[in-house]
Amino acid sequence: MELGSLQDNSQATFSLTDEDHTLANSLRFTLNQDPRVSFCGYSIPHPSDARVNIRVQTTGDSAREVLKDSCQDLMLMCEHVRSTFDQAILEFKSKDGLKSMKI
Amino acid sequence: MTTESEDSESMEEQRTPKIPVWDLPDLPTGKLPPHLELQRTRVLCTFDAPTHTEKIQSSGAYASMGVDNSMQFEEFRNKFRVEVIRLTEDDLEVDMIGIDASLANAFRRILIAELPTMAIEKVLVANNTSVIQDEVLAHRLGLIPLKVDPRLFDYISENDEPNEKNTIVFKLHVRCERGSARIKVKSDELKWLPKGSEFVLNSEKSTADSTSKTKTYTSFSCSQDSLPEFSNNPIAPKHDDIIIAKLGPGQEIELEAHAVKGMGKVHAKWSPVATTWYRMLPEVVLLQDIEDEKAEELVKKCPVKVFDIEDIGKGRKKATVARPRSCTLCRECIRGDDWDKYVSLRRVKDHFIFTIESTGALPPEELFVEAVKILEDKCMRVISELS
Repeated sequence: MELGSLQDNSQATFSLTDEDHTLANSLRFTLNQDPRVSFCGYSIPHPSDARVNIRVQTTGDSAREVLKDSCQDLMLMCEHVRSTFDQAILEFKSKDGLKSMKI
Repeated sequence: MTTESEDSESMEEQRTPKIPVWDLPDLPTGKLPPHLELQRTRVLCTFDAPTHTEKIQSSGAYASMGVDNSMQFEEFRNKFRVEVIRLTEDDLEVDMIGIDASLANAFRRILIAELPTMAIEKVLVANNTSVIQDEVLAHRLGLIPLKVDPRLFDYISENDEPNEKNTIVFKLHVRCERGSARIKVKSDELKWLPKGSEFVLNSEKSTADSTSKTKTYTSFSCSQDSLPEFSNNPIAPKHDDIIIAKLGPGQEIELEAHAVKGMGKVHAKWSPVATTWYRMLPEVVLLQDIEDEKAEELVKKCPVKVFDIEDIGKGRKKATVARPRSCTLCRECIRGDDWDKYVSLRRVKDHFIFTIESTGALPPEELFVEAVKILEDKCMRVISELS
């Protein structure tokens, strides 16, 4: 759910349901890295409701697009983490296998 | 601009030449001076409290120095490294370098609370004459870790019939005979029933159609045994020596337990990890050379033996940092007067030592991969909602 203004689409507050610090903090991190963003932050109005408000203010671009781009960035980062991790595990297992074979 | 250079030129004749600031040689353009770089990448753990803990995240933070703090994806890809330190069937210790604290915390939170597992939820008690109450027994059964891959099962909701795709049925029937000693009921007494529940569901209507199959509490259309994943490895609790209850002579427990899929968010029994934690890599730096007696004192102070003595000839000794990784930040080495001028305790902000202890449903490396996939799914959901 986006709460913004009709005239100015460079700033908006996005209210996401069923989310908590897990996604919101990571999104805030990727948003901050984007040079088009002038302000970003998140808040949790009440801990019993699983709802997160993410505020994005940009230097001109549409806030919705910038948020979408950061989500894409986060997904790319996750994929990269996954592939690097898989490779490291494979290497470790083969090294371990070699060690146990030598013994 | 011109007036300044004229001034400096006139000054030059009178005093030592003043070099304009932009000509200072030490600073490579595009990088930060060392003290700012220290602030940006290290947490300084002083005696009172850690300082500089927040990551300077905003992309324009160092714009006045001409340094671009925004992190491009390419840079992340080049800097990110993973090193596996220890990998056993249940434990994993892994170093992640180049990742940010918010991502590391997101993975930790997902591992604890949002990875699904199977655990016993409904317990149908037919007979319980032991001293353990029904609800206490049911609670204990729920906490037993089951060695089954939760990805093979679906979630069950209120209206669904329990069938072979979303329920696992166990049976527990133990009796302690009169005249024999007390017995302990261990988790290996939990027998898997691949064909579903055996307790008959009593319906109000008269059973005129006795030709149809008797309805039980679950409706398995085929035996779970016939599925390829379970034909050779039966489903059982991970450890077979967990004590569930203790029975005295003449006491009996007869019950059926249904296990379903759930997430740690709802109840901790569905958490797939015993626990998982991360810490930042400690860095111990000696600010001045420490010799002889002070060196001996330092080595003795540290309870985890981070420091070591090195002989530098002529019988003199010097202290060196041998094992900074094992530092537990007890701050013994900076306690006392003046010691914090000699030793500086720091943590590297983007180097995380992750430890995952699995309860047995899935091996820890698979748990981590699933957690990353779940974070990706969340992002996907947000993107689709926004479009």
